[in-house]
Amino acid sequence: MANRRLATQQPASFAFTADNLAWIEKLIARYPEGRQASAVIPMLWRAQEQEGWISEACIRWIADRVGLAYVRVYEIVTFYTMFHLAPVGRTHVQVCGTTPCMLRGAGDLIDVCKSRIAKQQKKVTEDGQFSWEEVECLGACVNAPLVQIFSDTYEDLTPESFNKLLDAFARGESPKPGPQIDRSFSAPEGGPLTLTEVKD
Amino acid sequence: MTKIIVDGVEVDVPGDYSLLQAAEAAGAEIPRFCFHERLSIAGNCRMCLVEVKGAPKPVASCAQQVRDQRPGPNGEPAVVITNSAVVKKAREGVMEFLLLNHPLDCPICDQGGECDLQDQAMGYGIDEARTREFRRAVTDKNMGPLVKTVMTRCIQCTRCVRFAAEVAGVDEIGGIGRGEDMEITTYLEKSLTSELSANIIDLCPVGALTSKPYAFVARPWELRKTESIDAMDAVGSNIRVDARGAEVLRVLPRVNDDVNEEWISDKTRFVVDGLGRQRLDKPYIRQNGKLRPATWDEALAAVALRLKNTASDKIAAIAGDLVSAEPVKALKDLMASLGVANIDCRQDGAKLGGARASYLFNTTISGIEDADAILLVGTNPRWEAPLVNSRIRKAWLRHPLKIARIGAPVDLTYDVTELGEDFGALAKIAAGEGDAFKALKDAKHPMLIVGQGALSRPDGAAILNACARIAAATGMIGPAGEGGWNGFNVLHTAAARVGALDIGFLPGEGGRDVAGILDGASRGEIETVWLLGADEIDMAKLGGAFVIYQGSHGDAGAHRADVILPGAAYTEEPGLFVNTEGRVQAANRAVYPPGEARENWKIVRAVSGALGKPLPYDDIAALRTKLAADVPSFATLDVPAGSTGGDAATWEAVGKAGEISSAPLIYPITDFYLTNPIARASRTMAECSRLFVAAPAVQAAE
Repeated sequence: MANRRLATQQPASFAFTADNLAWIEKLIARYPEGRQASAVIPMLWRAQEQEGWISEACIRWIADRVGLAYVRVYEIVTFYTMFHLAPVGRTHVQVCGTTPCMLRGAGDLIDVCKSRIAKQQKKVTEDGQFSWEEVECLGACVNAPLVQIFSDTYEDLTPESFNKLLDAFARGESPKPGPQIDRSFSAPEGGPLTLTEVKD
Repeated sequence: MTKIIVDGVEVDVPGDYSLLQAAEAAGAEIPRFCFHERLSIAGNCRMCLVEVKGAPKPVASCAQQVRDQRPGPNGEPAVVITNSAVVKKAREGVMEFLLLNHPLDCPICDQGGECDLQDQAMGYGIDEARTREFRRAVTDKNMGPLVKTVMTRCIQCTRCVRFAAEVAGVDEIGGIGRGEDMEITTYLEKSLTSELSANIIDLCPVGALTSKPYAFVARPWELRKTESIDAMDAVGSNIRVDARGAEVLRVLPRVNDDVNEEWISDKTRFVVDGLGRQRLDKPYIRQNGKLRPATWDEALAAVALRLKNTASDKIAAIAGDLVSAEPVKALKDLMASLGVANIDCRQDGAKLGGARASYLFNTTISGIEDADAILLVGTNPRWEAPLVNSRIRKAWLRHPLKIARIGAPVDLTYDVTELGEDFGALAKIAAGEGDAFKALKDAKHPMLIVGQGALSRPDGAAILNACARIAAATGMIGPAGEGGWNGFNVLHTAAARVGALDIGFLPGEGGRDVAGILDGASRGEIETVWLLGADEIDMAKLGGAFVIYQGSHGDAGAHRADVILPGAAYTEEPGLFVNTEGRVQAANRAVYPPGEARENWKIVRAVSGALGKPLPYDDIAALRTKLAADVPSFATLDVPAGSTGGDAATWEAVGKAGEISSAPLIYPITDFYLTNPIARASRTMAECSRLFVAAPAVQAAE
């Protein structure tokens, strides 16, 4: 885990969209009086969904909104690796590299990323389409190896199916999340092997 | 109270004690880095591990309370072991991890010799590294002109983070990143904007945060340490003055829970370089419009001749802000022997004097912690007395405390209800109207703090009277006697002021006050003025008067002087200072005054000899005996006045009833870092002033 620091190039200002502002008002109202600062992580997450990353102006905006010192929000965004502190690609691929995925071939997926996207993690391709990073366990070890793109996971990948997946994103499509082989969730490949008489 | 057995010693301690405190009560010493008595508990350094009987593994003793410990099977007290092999091994493991990334640069580290890590490594360190990995290196962070950082040495105890957030009230330091990459920094490396910021230097258990002005200056074992009293403000912080040879190198706080706890302001700490600059080290006499060096005999003869040849109603004396009580007493006695009534110690023209309780901080500084409502009248405690401000903040953090202010809004690090800058609000409260009056009336322990900014206005006496009437009407004045509450407080800014008021360095019968003296001097009615360290008056108004300046620094007074009598600064002579609470404290000599400068009371005594009217004391003990005989409050050291009680009628006589003008208030301190001649001579203070006081103003103008 490298040092997590703010990007050197920063926009001067930050603003939520009107929809997100309305969402934030609702969010903050959920917390009891005096505990509004607890909304800071959902707000940061929403900011990242909107902008793709967390800028310094965004830290200040959110700190002012929830009444925290700037340095407290700075601590939060540098602590959690899920917050991007520099711009990422429109399709940011998070490859799980933890033990089960590694045993099931995550290394091959990382090789695909290295050859197809960029040698280094978090480096954005010139067209701004892709970037990638290796992350810790994404919590779907039964479907290893897998990647997460936006909030969806794409599971049971091979280098071939992963390449196809990236092709689809490059064309601007939205591929179907979940296992990329013939199975439903974590059910056996090709259909059920037990309780076959049960029809659902 | 809960019983607990520590290393076989049974102690009975309050249930909310931590195991660490209980162990100390039982005489066992526990090593620690992150734990600090005056900060919240973090429990992250793990150095204080102890064994608790029944617990599966060692526990951090700072973060466990005595009352939470499980008793033995038959209800015996819980058993804590602090010296077993298990404990030693556990602490050695912690120390090994702390030292993994800690550089071995003790020989070039300013903390060397007074470093907690160095000391504790003697007990728990191992002599060789078992790992061959690279040590991490961390880039140094900017924390302002006072705090030097070497962040590779940081062990992430977070004491500085907690101090800034809790005590100083500036949430500006944080720990960013996580795990091995955690680094302590201010937000985007901005300078700390607190008057107490340099206390993190003392708090830092390693050499990560050290003093920038003191960097590479001296080693602790080379220094001569003198316990003394600070003169930068009227709090009377307890300090330790460290000197080598003839030079004061640094000032550190001493613990005094009733005054400064264990903090001091940045001005107290870093003014020391001003003690070596702009010094008056020999007498001067003005000849043909120019000051020329003179001998003491010449200077004393010139002063004596002048005083002899001036009618007593044309002589005046003004006492300054940094002088101790002894020279003030000596000068008062000398002026009395000459029949001079024009003496005053209130350079700012504050309308104070009279009953002792009417010009003291009666609640006492530690008493602030009991207050539940405070009315600030024309005071900015953050600049006038940073440690009073931190006490108010401490009280505000601990229990519900309503604070209201009449005066311009400034950030005091706690929530304040603004009653406006117009002093009409004061008249309204004095008349018993409004929410502010109700809040004070309903409070159990209400306080009123009136500042010099309000009292030095032309209508200061009326403001003082209104404050006293508010105090009487809202029940701030409890019944007389022990344990009574007195919520009427005057916050002073000058270290010398309360002592001088106690001595009665005030205009005598028909005498002139400071304004009168200056007015008289500019019109030729006052011909000789003795300035005892008084630099804060408008020298231009002295007109053609013959000015005798006695003091330590070549500041405003010395530039105007006709004769300069070089005196000692507060670190160079023994002296009594009375703080704003009326607490008499003794400062001690850390170094001798430079050159031919002499102790201030001796100079006055020498002049009295040259006049042929020698004062009746030849040494400081005799002077202090006389002082205590004339002013009994000087007879006991380290006790606040704690004056309580008095009936409402006496309080209504405080000050003078009258119209309060609606002119907006001007705080007495416009630049915290440059309030006196010593501070104005200090380069460190000039740098702070440029960064924190001048720069924001420039930004505002843009």
